[in-house]
Amino acid sequence: MSALVPLLVTLPLLGAAVALIMGRHRRVQVVVSIVTLSVVAIIAAVLLVVVDSGLPIAVSVGGWPVPFGIVLYVDRLAALLVVVSSIVLLAVLLFSVGQGAADGDDDTPVSIFHPSYLILAAGIFNAFIAGDLFNLYVGFEILLVASYVLITLGSTESRIRTGVVYIVVSLVSSILFLSAIAMIYAALGTVNMAQVAERMSELPQETQLVLHVILLLAFSIKAAVFPLSFWLPDSYPTAPAPVTAVFAGLLTKVGVYAMIRTETQLFADNDVNFVLLIVALATMIVGVLGAVAQAELKRILSFTLVSHIGYMVFGLAIATPLAIGATIYYMVHHIVVQTTLFLAVGLIERRAGSTSILRVKGLMRAAPIIAVLYFIPAINLGGLPPFSGFIGKFALFEAAAEVGTPIMIVLLVGGILTSLLTLYALMRAWNLSFWREEDDQIETETEARISYLGSSPEAAVQTERRAIPKVMTAATAGMVAVTVALTIFAGPLYDLCARIGEGLLQPVTLVQLEVDR
Amino acid sequence: MNVSLILIVIMAVLFACGVYAMLERSLTRVLIGFLLLGNAANLLLLIVMGQPGSAPFFDSADKGEMSDPLPQALTLTAIVITFAVSAFLLALIYRSWQLGQADTVEDDSEDIAVRERGIDAEDTMDDDDLALDDSISTDFVGVDTAPITIVGSREFASLRDDAPVDRPAAPPEDEGGERR
Repeated sequence: MSALVPLLVTLPLLGAAVALIMGRHRRVQVVVSIVTLSVVAIIAAVLLVVVDSGLPIAVSVGGWPVPFGIVLYVDRLAALLVVVSSIVLLAVLLFSVGQGAADGDDDTPVSIFHPSYLILAAGIFNAFIAGDLFNLYVGFEILLVASYVLITLGSTESRIRTGVVYIVVSLVSSILFLSAIAMIYAALGTVNMAQVAERMSELPQETQLVLHVILLLAFSIKAAVFPLSFWLPDSYPTAPAPVTAVFAGLLTKVGVYAMIRTETQLFADNDVNFVLLIVALATMIVGVLGAVAQAELKRILSFTLVSHIGYMVFGLAIATPLAIGATIYYMVHHIVVQTTLFLAVGLIERRAGSTSILRVKGLMRAAPIIAVLYFIPAINLGGLPPFSGFIGKFALFEAAAEVGTPIMIVLLVGGILTSLLTLYALMRAWNLSFWREEDDQIETETEARISYLGSSPEAAVQTERRAIPKVMTAATAGMVAVTVALTIFAGPLYDLCARIGEGLLQPVTLVQLEVDR
Repeated sequence: MNVSLILIVIMAVLFACGVYAMLERSLTRVLIGFLLLGNAANLLLLIVMGQPGSAPFFDSADKGEMSDPLPQALTLTAIVITFAVSAFLLALIYRSWQLGQADTVEDDSEDIAVRERGIDAEDTMDDDDLALDDSISTDFVGVDTAPITIVGSREFASLRDDAPVDRPAAPPEDEGGERR
């Protein structure tokens, strides 16, 4: 089984090389990308079944002993996230293939899209299965450099401007991470996560705190946790729809994943949970208030993305096995649902020529399929029962109520409020763009609010309406089906997440396993 | 573990200069800042190595005399990554120059709109705060060039600071420093 593990990273990299060589032949590129990601998804699913029934798998790449060589480490958490992310990547790839084929390569030069996309996938998988901190850093860099290319795709003026913000912020976070790794090596003489976790308790609490905070800062920038989230709503909306979808779904979650590892395993006996709780509350509330103030669908979604990262930080800060399990379930739910919503908005953009909820109207009658594809993930994200958003939030709140301290109750109320405000922002978009008739008379109050929101410049941008290829609708519908499946199979999935939560809080087995190899 | 003080001082200076240069709007200076920061981080990795010794893996030197090979491997990887990212940044700067004849980072139009919207709304609500506006000022009001200036530039008439700067396209008339 351990032979399969390196394939998760090498296959997409090989695929990227082939796709780059075949730059002139778009069909070959498409086939290579789809086949690569499908094979990775299958391998990941096999690995998930194997590690779920047995022990985690650790592979020393090249046979070097542990502190010197690179270790790839697949446990339940890593396997689950690789499975989910490969499914999401595949769906978004299909969506973008549909879009590219219909547009005739006007705004997306496909010859570099596929290689960059596969390298992004390799970086994400590498980050998930990294067994040492430096390999995690390399995984981050691979996915970041690929994302730099993707976010400035076509290099129009607006994309360069927003891309620069994204790139500079990411660079700062990378430097912080690298410095933290150097300091951890200075303190412990290893960068292997298992050994770090083992030796960390020998350090004085103050030293642990410094290392802990620097690492958390670096990861919080990537995960867009509130005071460090300013870059996200600024840079995501201008990228092409499929790129925004995959960034929103996966890139911030890689940061959250790194935070989970940091909190539960590396710094098991050094806690900054109180600060994390405050930060989580601020992330939830500030993020969702940003969403309420926006008139542009992609921006609304970007702000809800920030605010829902708050839920994951919240779960992480409760730090009971139940809460960690709920966090992981919520993370899986959010990866899928957020991506689906961005894909649905991509469809709206094509159909109506705009993503401003002030301009788009009458879609319910004109495009009922898009209406369904938007509505289901929207109420899911808003947390209406019986969908997975409700299950995830309910599990989080239950874990918080179990601890029951006053701050937990405050966070709980904040979480419920955020959920309702998310629903408000998304349903306002629904009312205006789907339920409003083309020639609707608007009441004065609504009109005033619309003119207030309408002063933003991007609300005025109108591009041409274009036909929607069936592949794009099918890809989005497939993702909606996955969100519904998360609800239907919530039982087994939640049990798996609960097992992950319990496993993460017992780092001993991981240490023994990795050091022994 | 003994480490060289000189290396630590150099690292600190590189970090400080890098952060300062990265705070500029001009992309070229951001690039320089990033290079300094990257080198500072690499130097930190090297400092972490501890006392230098004989080359590892070269000949069968005593284990105690070898220098630690791992930080060297990490540094090499980090250098490669920094190199790749700098190349990309250069391409980005070139493209930015091609598009707008400038390599500065502009404010987000949406942010400006939100800010103006807030000011409009507040103006209609209370006029009291307007009087306060004139008294508020920062060091950067009216400065339309970057804070870095050439030392002794006045003595050399032919020398002029032609680095790209962040001139706002049309400064609003009521420019009065920090907005609420």
